[in-house]
Amino acid sequence: MQGFTGGDSQGFCHMSARVITITSGKGGVGKTTATANIAAALAQLGNQVVAIDADVGLRNLDLVMGLENRIVYDLVDVIEGRCRLRQAMIRDKRTDGLYLLPAAQTRDKTAVSPSDMVLVCDELRPSFDYILIDSPAGIERGFRNAIAPADEVIIVSNAEVSSVRDADRIIGLLQADEKGAPRLIVNRIKPDMVAAGDMLAIGDVLDVLMIELIGTVPEDDQVIVSTNRGFPVVLENHSLAGEAFRNIARRIRGEEVPFLSLQQNRGLRGWLKKLRGGGK
Amino acid sequence: MVSHYNAQAMESGSITIKGIRDGLQVTLGDGELVDRFAALEARLRDQNAFFRGGEVTLVVGYRSMTRTNLEAAAELFSRHGMNLRAVLSQDSGTLDAAQGLKLGTRLAGSGSGLSGGQVRSDERELVGPGIGPEGQPEAVLVWGALRSGQAVSSDGHVTIIGDVNPGAEVIAGGAVVVWGRLRGVVHAGAFGDRTAVVCALELAPTQLRIAEMITVSPVEARLRKPVPEIASIRDRQIVAERWDAGLHGRR
Repeated sequence: MQGFTGGDSQGFCHMSARVITITSGKGGVGKTTATANIAAALAQLGNQVVAIDADVGLRNLDLVMGLENRIVYDLVDVIEGRCRLRQAMIRDKRTDGLYLLPAAQTRDKTAVSPSDMVLVCDELRPSFDYILIDSPAGIERGFRNAIAPADEVIIVSNAEVSSVRDADRIIGLLQADEKGAPRLIVNRIKPDMVAAGDMLAIGDVLDVLMIELIGTVPEDDQVIVSTNRGFPVVLENHSLAGEAFRNIARRIRGEEVPFLSLQQNRGLRGWLKKLRGGGK
Repeated sequence: MVSHYNAQAMESGSITIKGIRDGLQVTLGDGELVDRFAALEARLRDQNAFFRGGEVTLVVGYRSMTRTNLEAAAELFSRHGMNLRAVLSQDSGTLDAAQGLKLGTRLAGSGSGLSGGQVRSDERELVGPGIGPEGQPEAVLVWGALRSGQAVSSDGHVTIIGDVNPGAEVIAGGAVVVWGRLRGVVHAGAFGDRTAVVCALELAPTQLRIAEMITVSPVEARLRKPVPEIASIRDRQIVAERWDAGLHGRR
């Protein structure tokens, strides 16, 4: 298969993408926002990236990436042979190297099988550095589809008991499925609430989940604004959440990046320091 | 490799197949999985007509089996006209893999009855994977954390090396020992043994049951510095106290 960019991905340098699935169990914790932002950040760092929306029937990733109006074909069209894979891919004109493979809106999860996802990803692998899959909430078919092709899994949780409980369930399921240990993003942290003891601290989350932390993202009103505009917050320079997502992208690439100190608050900074110091 | 495989295939001694109330119970025994499958294959081939149509409950003990392994087992049974219906395991990953394949992980009738805190006596011989050779309950050792949605049940005592997270469940005919933080639901003495105990390095279960009694952790328990504790029934209520080897060691 030819490279999608028609540019630097062709030639004798053969890429083989890492497939990373972003999941959570619970809905509404920020999977889609995380997928869109990490994908954009990885592309900004010079990688060829495709984001796949595996949430067939409840597609959102196209909205968050601001690409809805350009959808012609989707994942189900590809699987059912109504179009070629590259016809369904949407190139993000703002960010070089960033593509979206949208979900179908008028179908449901049963239109896709885990082996379909593996086939689609295998076809994409040679042309990309990273394939990010936005998993639907839940532990049923849609989740199975999303994790089937994954080389690694990132779990998004909020610092709140029900999302931690669901994340724990997901980790157990991934272990049974022979996937490697997932990594964790704690999203939407409100430092002042942690300080007041009204929110779980990140330490409490890690205490239960016992997996590696790959990023902490503060609650940031800018995320809502940029989501509504379909403009990932990583593309803005002055947003704390944007910086957090950029850091996650760099950690995915294997760089050592210190954890953000969320300025407003001493308590959180205190334990972040502790985490940095005593993390290993 | 091939000759090794064949040599092992002859030795089917530790595969046991016995009739239970709702089908056949097949115990895989110890040794390399590939050899066990070969032994099972040989055994089923020899007595094929006898087992055909059987509903199989596979007992794998501590062996850790992946989804792929279990699919292979199901395939092996179906080749011989049998249906793999349930897997009894002491390994939480195996249990999850089995559940992922929509296989049962308990014998029929043994699950829901436990939730009320009281167990009908006729369920005794149906619960759990670990029934020893003489009908004596076996002790079960579980390595690794039990996460939300994972469950271990046994006729005998259960020891877990690792945490029991909120949303996980441990049910034992005897005592439950957790070398880690106990935060899920635990039921010791599930058949009515009021002398059963529960102990943990950090005892903060969502709910703790001994025999027919139920209690919850006091809120303070989650705030103070954790110490190893042991819970038992005393004067018709469940009490938890700090572990003291001098006091409890000779029990």
